[in-house]
Amino acid sequence: MDLKEKLVSSFMAFEEQIDVTSQLHDVRTLAIRNFENKGFPTKKEEAWKYTSLNAILKNDFTVFPKNENAVEFKDVKKYFLHEIDTYKVVFIDGIFSSFLSSTTHEGLDVCLMSSALTKPKYKMVIDEYYNKIASKEETLTTLNTAFATEGAYINIPKSKIVEKPIEIIYFSTGIENALMLQPRNLIIVGENAHVQIIERHQGLHENAVLTNAVTEVFAKKRAIVDYYKIQNDLPSANLIDNTYISQKQESRVSVHTFSFGGNMTRNNLNFYHFGERIDSTLKGITIIGDKQHVDHYTLVHHATPNCESHQNYKCIVNDNATGVFNGKIYVDKEAQKTNAFQQNNNILLSDKATVNAKPQLEIFADDVKCSHGCTIGQLDESAMFYMQQRGIPKQEAKALLMFAFCNEAIESIKIAELKQRITKIIANKLGVNLGFDL
Amino acid sequence: MLSIKNLHASVEDKEILKGINLEIKEGEVHAIMGPNGAGKSTLSSIIAGNENYEVSEGEIILDGEDLSELAPEERAHKGVFLSFQYPVEIPGVSVTNFIKTAINEKRKANGQDEMPANEMLKLIREKSELLEMDRKFLSRSLNEGFSGGEKKRNEIFQMAMLEPKIAILDETDSGLDIDALRIVANGVNKLKNENNAVLVITHYQRLLDYIIPDFVHVLMDGKIVKSGTKELALELEEKGYDWIKSEVVESQKS
Repeated sequence: MDLKEKLVSSFMAFEEQIDVTSQLHDVRTLAIRNFENKGFPTKKEEAWKYTSLNAILKNDFTVFPKNENAVEFKDVKKYFLHEIDTYKVVFIDGIFSSFLSSTTHEGLDVCLMSSALTKPKYKMVIDEYYNKIASKEETLTTLNTAFATEGAYINIPKSKIVEKPIEIIYFSTGIENALMLQPRNLIIVGENAHVQIIERHQGLHENAVLTNAVTEVFAKKRAIVDYYKIQNDLPSANLIDNTYISQKQESRVSVHTFSFGGNMTRNNLNFYHFGERIDSTLKGITIIGDKQHVDHYTLVHHATPNCESHQNYKCIVNDNATGVFNGKIYVDKEAQKTNAFQQNNNILLSDKATVNAKPQLEIFADDVKCSHGCTIGQLDESAMFYMQQRGIPKQEAKALLMFAFCNEAIESIKIAELKQRITKIIANKLGVNLGFDL
Repeated sequence: MLSIKNLHASVEDKEILKGINLEIKEGEVHAIMGPNGAGKSTLSSIIAGNENYEVSEGEIILDGEDLSELAPEERAHKGVFLSFQYPVEIPGVSVTNFIKTAINEKRKANGQDEMPANEMLKLIREKSELLEMDRKFLSRSLNEGFSGGEKKRNEIFQMAMLEPKIAILDETDSGLDIDALRIVANGVNKLKNENNAVLVITHYQRLLDYIIPDFVHVLMDGKIVKSGTKELALELEEKGYDWIKSEVVESQKS
């Protein structure tokens, strides 16, 4: 039985085990039907032309993790921020770990999706937001919708400035031979509120993991959301990250995606505008080698006038690795005075490395500024020679250049400790010890 | 100190240097002049160790040691400095951090400890004042958005920090207005002493009014065709390069 059949046939049993009388029953039923019709995407589809799931789907995944597995804090300590206090929503093999978490209901909700989906007091919020911006067509998103029960639920009330960043971390222990996880996050940020969120998926043992995550973010009027995704997982991990962001007027949302690890990573990042003077920022740094595969599939849908979007994706590919960037920008007829910018730069460090880049602009308004730039190249030899001439050895010079290449996305990280961490991860990744912080 | 013997070099099978001989002693300033395409920048790149050129014959000896097999950074550690005609922009790395790294790499290579931070700061202050550089300038990304003059001043600042044995100034005067030219030349002159040497590579004589050479060499078609004193530079400025060309042709005939 292949994974699709396994999932579809287990749906009934799953629903009964949850609650058939829940209003979510209809949402889930529609979702599983959509998935049953479409199945897993294949390379025949335009959106998946450069990324194949075939090899991954051959694993015999456990789709319902049953056991509550424990991990020692000392083993996972390094994945959290230390220097500053944070809220933490932590899951182990898909199950909430109260031991590792630090949630709250005081002045804001940082808690569990399972509570939000089942407790009556959250019913109104769930009715209004759950599965409202996530796609009802995209097959993997609907697969998640069909089965999702757990994840982070964050609700920030009006005018609340959340002082502590929120860390959402999904650990997988590797106790199962192959595990499929489908976490679901819902994040609602009220008018004038401000929040910083860090999301991470982290395996602790080399066994196959397939995570199909869906996150919905609603940024209300003048809300500010800074979202950081750290993808530095083990080589046995696969991640499909589907993120849907709904923005109201004058809101500012930025998503930084740092892709360094994992076997296969696919980021579907979608921004939708509902109001004027919205600002959307999408930045990514990808540094990969071996046979790693990272695919960024972005969409910014400008539907309203006077909004801006800024995309900047940098990718360094070594060995036999493959980087993909597909950036879609839609500008509706009504969305006059749109400023939409997209930049995608790639460096190939080996003859066998591959980059597929595809900017896709569809503009129906006539008074807009849209630009896109895409480059694929090697490290600048004249810059290398310049640095070596000043006495900086080749390996360091190379690292320095790659840092410089990624700098823009590093510079805009607003959490100082996270910025240091990312800098350190990059230095490790490049195999050098830089004499200074950038 | 630096002696270049019968140097032949090519890029992509095209021979650019066709047997260069040059002897530079401590305390001397040499100038190499020549028309465009004569091989001036190639020569400076090759001394600094640029791997894009292939040295087919000859040697470059610094203080008795052949540099031929050394990487560019190793030559730098031994005291070779090249002021680039087109300094490279490196976003995200400040002038200060870059020079700190360069100095400490050199010290490391020579078996010394890293320079203490206060000493480094003092040195940076001293040398940046010499080049009349704004303090703000030092925290900017290396060469990013610098004007032509700022780039060249930054090159000489780095030279002042690194205190090389042999400094090669490749077309340092290009892109400089007269004030910047004076500041840069003044910087070079102050750094000059009896233990180091300067090789000025230039198309025009202008810079040599400020950095007075002991010897002037004319490079044409990959060879040094004439050597003289600073008067030769003035003559070239006045008459151009054609008269030398015919002189060379004449001498080849006879």
